[in-house]
Amino acid sequence: MSTVGRLFKNNIRQYGMVIALAVIMIFFQILTQGIMFKPMNITNLVLQNSYVLILAIGMLLVIITGGIDLSVGSVVAFVGSVSAVLMVDYQMPVLPAMLIALLLGATAGAFQGYFIAFLRIPAFIVTLAGQLIFRGLTMSILQGQTKSPFEKSFQLLAAGYLPGMDVRWGSLNIIALATGLGASVILAVVILHSRRTKMKYHFEIVPLWLDVLKIVVIVAGINLLTYKFAGYNGLPIILLILVSLILIYTFVTQRTIAGRHIYALGGNEKAARLSGVKTNRVMFWCYVNMGVLAAIAGLIVAGRLNAATPKAGNGFELDAIAACFIGGASPAGGIGTVIGTIVGGFVMAVLNNGMSIMGVSVDWQQTIKGLVLLLAVWFDVYTKTRSQSH
Amino acid sequence: MSDTILEMKNITKAFTGVKALDDVSLKVSRDEIHALVGENGAGKSTLMKVLSGVYPHGDYAGSINYEGSECRFHSISDSEKIGIVIIHQELALIPFLSIAENIFLGNERAIGGVIDWHKTTSAAGELLAKVGLNNENPNTLIANIGVGKQQLVEIAKALSKKVRLLILDEPTAALNDEESSKLLGLLLELKKQGVTSILISHKLEEIARVSDTITVIRDGKVIETLDNERHQIDQDRIIKSMVGREIVDRFPKRESRIGEEVFRVEGWSVYDPVIEDRLVINNVSLNLHRGEVVGLAGLMGAGRTELAMSLFGRSYGKRHSGRIFKDGKELQLHSVSDSINNGIAYLTEDRKNYGLVLIDDIKSNASLASLKKVSRGQVINRGLEYQATTDMQQQMRIRCTGIDQIVESLSGGNQQKVVLSKWIMAEPDILILDEPTRGIDVGAKYEIYTIINRLAYEGKSIIMISSEMPELLGMCDRIYVVTEGEISGELDREHATQESIMSCIMNHKRGAI
Repeated sequence: MSTVGRLFKNNIRQYGMVIALAVIMIFFQILTQGIMFKPMNITNLVLQNSYVLILAIGMLLVIITGGIDLSVGSVVAFVGSVSAVLMVDYQMPVLPAMLIALLLGATAGAFQGYFIAFLRIPAFIVTLAGQLIFRGLTMSILQGQTKSPFEKSFQLLAAGYLPGMDVRWGSLNIIALATGLGASVILAVVILHSRRTKMKYHFEIVPLWLDVLKIVVIVAGINLLTYKFAGYNGLPIILLILVSLILIYTFVTQRTIAGRHIYALGGNEKAARLSGVKTNRVMFWCYVNMGVLAAIAGLIVAGRLNAATPKAGNGFELDAIAACFIGGASPAGGIGTVIGTIVGGFVMAVLNNGMSIMGVSVDWQQTIKGLVLLLAVWFDVYTKTRSQSH
Repeated sequence: MSDTILEMKNITKAFTGVKALDDVSLKVSRDEIHALVGENGAGKSTLMKVLSGVYPHGDYAGSINYEGSECRFHSISDSEKIGIVIIHQELALIPFLSIAENIFLGNERAIGGVIDWHKTTSAAGELLAKVGLNNENPNTLIANIGVGKQQLVEIAKALSKKVRLLILDEPTAALNDEESSKLLGLLLELKKQGVTSILISHKLEEIARVSDTITVIRDGKVIETLDNERHQIDQDRIIKSMVGREIVDRFPKRESRIGEEVFRVEGWSVYDPVIEDRLVINNVSLNLHRGEVVGLAGLMGAGRTELAMSLFGRSYGKRHSGRIFKDGKELQLHSVSDSINNGIAYLTEDRKNYGLVLIDDIKSNASLASLKKVSRGQVINRGLEYQATTDMQQQMRIRCTGIDQIVESLSGGNQQKVVLSKWIMAEPDILILDEPTRGIDVGAKYEIYTIINRLAYEGKSIIMISSEMPELLGMCDRIYVVTEGEISGELDREHATQESIMSCIMNHKRGAI
């Protein structure tokens, strides 16, 4: 088989998902008579779904180890409630309060990770308990009430935009446009550089036109997106946080020893241990990491609502888990990518958003989302069995 | 003898362009044991899958005639209906169901969907008696009996389906000598009762002993069919046909260059990890020199693997005591990574469960134990990793489409080379090899022996565990005999024979040394 053919076959799942996302977006663009791609809607899509995506990144690492974390929605609420008490009741400045919140998330993760990784209690059970524990703590901290308002600077974290909103070229925000162009250049350089490195070490490389095509598609995507943001309020701060997390975690999972250890642990724990991987420790840190990301999500949720509520984050864990599986992660562990998960998360997000605009009722939205999850995983299993039997 | 029960004619089966079977014909006579031999990947298992209906009719070219009529199976149940039963290498028993429940699984003794337990138990008892398990209670859980007995339960299960043609894929691979001969005895017994068997095995000595006809397959083609009715065929004859050339020496020659002592264990004792007052390894002392290959001989369950794993960063057992020295300095090895950092590596006997991440590619598996060597800080240098693993793949001659091939799809011998690559990349001084040639074919075995010799020649020290005594005798400079967790003897090359090893085992009294 040719290199291109094999490349496509090996990555059919990922390409399939990206194409599916594009098709769904265009589908809703037509059905909603053009509302889908309006600058304001694109901006809202990111603002409304950022926290689920952040949770999904943490969830992915947990799922790669072969585990699951059902407690993240409760941790989101718990962290939000504590930070509300600190900032609203005790007037604590934003920065130290946020640091305490992150530490708290890490502690919640460490608490559960200890039971899972060192005492070997199944993750499903430990985090189910965690879900009840942290929800209960949230309710007792807030005493069933909603706590607000937060300081302006804190709200900006979740709902604000990059400064320079008024620097405009016509109706377009220049900073957003410039960021898009800058990112395009960096990306092209990175891809071409990695191509050169591969040639230096005599890797098998794809034909040049394929890399160029890849650059063209990605650059077009980025600039379309920044063009849309430029047409509204510019770049949301939350988008920058999200993009940074995606880059950091892609790097960690694909390029570092820690990342390799996580995949090996999920793929075959016994073999990993006998190869010198400290499996208990790796697993423990994945849950700590999940806790920290849940805390970040908790702060964003609180900032966006400008309030801490006892019901915050309800059901987020399921959205995050669904994003991972739609994005190609394996429930058995050892398989999954950050990018795939983000695409999976956006598939869910666009479905939500499109159906809401069309006025589909919430009950039907749930049903359709459920069917999409099933379809995606079925497609996964189908392509796998096909590639095995031939 | 001339009465034919099965005839497979001109079977061709291809997987995406590659012919796994190319115009294969096989004729099996009634009431014989027909052996099927060939290297891994030669096509034996594929042929049996065609026969048993795993690959349905239409998926292959050619025809199958059984008892004089042509068969077109669409699934395994079709072939089972007319008495063809296959027992796979990986046993298909459910550990937490009883023997009786397993025997009648999918074939329950029931009235209108309600199981008749009385009938189930008594019928299971009768079947167990037929396979020589008279003393086994049919209500015992499968998890509580050994692999040897499980294999016999599989046969009992086949008998419950009124089997006429029994296919066994590597039935003795996981059995010790005593269990194996019991199983083979049963096949001979069944033959008298009118059950024909097709036996796939790598253990050529068994084949030569029990089979009436031997068919050799190589590269998807039948090379020849040998008549062995009077057991006149010997192993070398079969090997010659399997590999297509004469293997002059099954073990490549090595000039021993033995240097100073590099590794010493003194008074090493280990307790069972579950039953904590059970002493598994008792007061073992041994040493190893530079460039030396030392064997650990012993029966299955003697504690060789447990000894090796406990030395490898205490990855087996509890309450370890004793001292380990390397180059004269005492080591404290508390974890696997301590061991690796001190230049000690252990290659597991069970590559699928303990050696490989099957869903990962060759590259990630090979570099897993030495990621630090191809990284700057915590960041993996993918170029270096690629280069190092490609070198390894070429050096070890791993046959693959590229180092990004998933290891699950490699043959057993190539998988073993990947595990070996992993440890060679870690550059250990001391390499413990636990059953390095288990379940791999003759050609790959020879290559592994050559690699072991090269490592020894380069000054590495090797401890080799094997259940095949000829292998230890052919490869080792010195052999320790392990019996019930103790060292029961030490034999150098001149004095080591199968007889002297067995006499060490038989004459050993626990706690005598």
